[in-house]
Amino acid sequence: MSTTEQMEDLEEFRLRARAWLKENMPLLPPGKQNNDLQRIDEEGDGSRSRELQMKLFKGGFAGLCYPKEYGGQGLSPAHQAVFTEESATYEMPTALNIPHLTILGPSILECCNEEQKKRYLPKLISGEEVWVQFLSEPSGGSDLAGLVTRATQDGDVFYLNGSKIWSSGAYRADYALILARTNWDVPKHSGITVFIMKIHQPGVEVQKIKMANGPEEFCQEFFTDVPIPIENVVGDIDGGWSVASRLLFHERTAVSGASPYSSGLNTGSRSSGGEGINPELPNLANSLGLGNDEVARQLVAEAHINEVVGRQLVKRTGQNIAQENVPPTAASITRLFGGRSYVRRTDILQELMGRQMVAWEQSDEKIERYSLDYLVRQGGCLGGGSLEMSMNIISERVLGMLREYAADKDKPFKDVKHN
Amino acid sequence: MDLQLSEDQELFWETTSKFLESTCPLTTVREWATSEPAGFPRSWWSQGAELGWISMLVADEHGGGNVSGNGVADLALISEEFGRKDAPGPLVPVSIVAAALSRYGSDAQRAQWLDGLVAGESFASWAIGRHFGLGATSTLQVTRSGDSIVLNGTLSPVEASDIAGVFLVSGDIEGVGVNVLVPADSSGLSIQELTSIDLVRRFGTLTFDNVTLGAESILAGDGDEQFFALADIAAVLQSAALAGMVDLWLGLTIEYAFDRHSFGRPLASYQALKHRFAQLKTSTEAALATSVAAAEAVGLGAPRASEFASVAKAYTGDLAAKGLHECVQLNGGIATTWDHDLHLHLRRAVQDTALYGTPEEHRERLAQIIGMGN
Repeated sequence: MSTTEQMEDLEEFRLRARAWLKENMPLLPPGKQNNDLQRIDEEGDGSRSRELQMKLFKGGFAGLCYPKEYGGQGLSPAHQAVFTEESATYEMPTALNIPHLTILGPSILECCNEEQKKRYLPKLISGEEVWVQFLSEPSGGSDLAGLVTRATQDGDVFYLNGSKIWSSGAYRADYALILARTNWDVPKHSGITVFIMKIHQPGVEVQKIKMANGPEEFCQEFFTDVPIPIENVVGDIDGGWSVASRLLFHERTAVSGASPYSSGLNTGSRSSGGEGINPELPNLANSLGLGNDEVARQLVAEAHINEVVGRQLVKRTGQNIAQENVPPTAASITRLFGGRSYVRRTDILQELMGRQMVAWEQSDEKIERYSLDYLVRQGGCLGGGSLEMSMNIISERVLGMLREYAADKDKPFKDVKHN
Repeated sequence: MDLQLSEDQELFWETTSKFLESTCPLTTVREWATSEPAGFPRSWWSQGAELGWISMLVADEHGGGNVSGNGVADLALISEEFGRKDAPGPLVPVSIVAAALSRYGSDAQRAQWLDGLVAGESFASWAIGRHFGLGATSTLQVTRSGDSIVLNGTLSPVEASDIAGVFLVSGDIEGVGVNVLVPADSSGLSIQELTSIDLVRRFGTLTFDNVTLGAESILAGDGDEQFFALADIAAVLQSAALAGMVDLWLGLTIEYAFDRHSFGRPLASYQALKHRFAQLKTSTEAALATSVAAAEAVGLGAPRASEFASVAKAYTGDLAAKGLHECVQLNGGIATTWDHDLHLHLRRAVQDTALYGTPEEHRERLAQIIGMGN
């Protein structure tokens, strides 16, 4: 990244962004947030997000923090923050933030070779090719390194067999980074390789998973003798765990709202994403006639406190990591805070709505969404790694406490019991 | 503490930290709690004042001066250290009255009270009526009578009421906020000492029986605005202290968990306990983050200063006692005894949480700020 001195002045950038947005991007329809539109787009084919991302790309406002040589703008996180502020009232392709722009993009930037970066990053930033990650497997949730999807080398080609799960939007994505086991004679972390994989090809079957609250965004994939050329190996053969660690790091950062690669305000029930006061809960409470109710006021203020403190914690943790006071795994602190605060917010919503949670008029989409989302309240404590894993990481890596006993430590993976 | 201190701030903090360490370790704090009527020797307070304790919120031209340009953030470092060391003395109320005099006082008011406070030779305290929604139990009534104002009713608990030479009484005249300087020796003012949960600081009840003062004892200007600006500072100082107390005990309890063995294993190896430590570490980092953010915003007069101040006090106030109780649990039965130091900070945390706006009161204020009702 170029130095601050060479970068465009923040205020100049703000004015340029403001003018461009006004000229080029559609305003959010009244009463709608990107979160609402994103749902519709996710349920469709995601083409709206790609279209908007391409607009940003052509206007020079996509991938602000990515280097110029790979299709980005080489600007600072402060520029991105300004752009997110300025674009708050516009329809933005926020559906592409997680995992595409905030997890896959930075991991490719850090772990891929020059040729791969030149080939894939510009199209990632323009939205022409959309990426997902294939990490978790049906046989193992938190024990990611215990994966059993197999890649067998035959000359310059690997053949992939197995299954992955919990990839969001894989059906409408083009490429994936996938972790597979390439060596069964070494301990689990030492025999994994990461590949670039084209999703839509013979041998790959993508199935949507229907969630308890209705959406069919998550997918499971089945692989049968899928050929992957050797030039699609990311990093070293059997050295994939270091790539996976970067994916996980960027995932934690993204989920906690701290990624500098995130663009646009994703106002929704999880977090306002931006810095301002999130009006969602006060408005809801007011519309329910609870604006002057003492208990409701306490509850809504509590949710607000959690949201503000969550952002302040992201900032502090980022500083702590940057100053090397704590290891990068300390990002789990923001993960744990975010998960717990999401649950509390969901409960507060439920308490505010009372009986309206259980039966509503068919036209009341908002109440319906809140009610059904309550069913998957724990999603915020599972997706991106369970909170229990975060607590292991914080106590072991940040506080230096003893590691949990692991029966697979230093054992060749073929001798390890697995599902 | 802020992770990005300037060198000057670092030095300022370190000087006070070392001073407290050498002059009043917890054994001394305990001793003073019973041997010293005020909880500390007066000479100790004036030595501390020489380090700049009361200067941070006072303008240069009034004999003060801060370290970094943000006097609130500078003083928050000292307040956090007072929390960690359980230092005695009325740091918050004296600072608030000094700030009020420097910002809103007349030359005459400053001449009468401010120099002594900055030098650590005299004391002042702050007593808050019900009008503002943040503060003490009170039946205070302030009325005008010709050119005079008359105070009646009671205010409780008021910190350092035993040694304060002057009270800044924040109340209202017919619903309009007013801040009045009331000398402790005013006719009609009686002070009754209270027993408090905090061992090291002193509290009392002020009873006003037709205390009549000249108009010159009022701070000129918008009394409500003045009050809330001062309340923001108090919230910052308290949240720094509260976050510091929990951080201190989290650290000590982690050490204990490594040293203490049960069934041949250190406590720090049990997942059930590790997870509790992880949760407390997370809440503590959040408390430090929000107190630092509030200090920055309030000291620089940022647009969301009041919001951030209330967020910080409500969050740290909710956490502190619960967090310290969690440390009691993790330290085991020994931590419920008199000789164990944990209760010193637990007492202080409970007291701080209740003073100058409880978490509930700050949440109510936030509800208004974020657009509930009306």
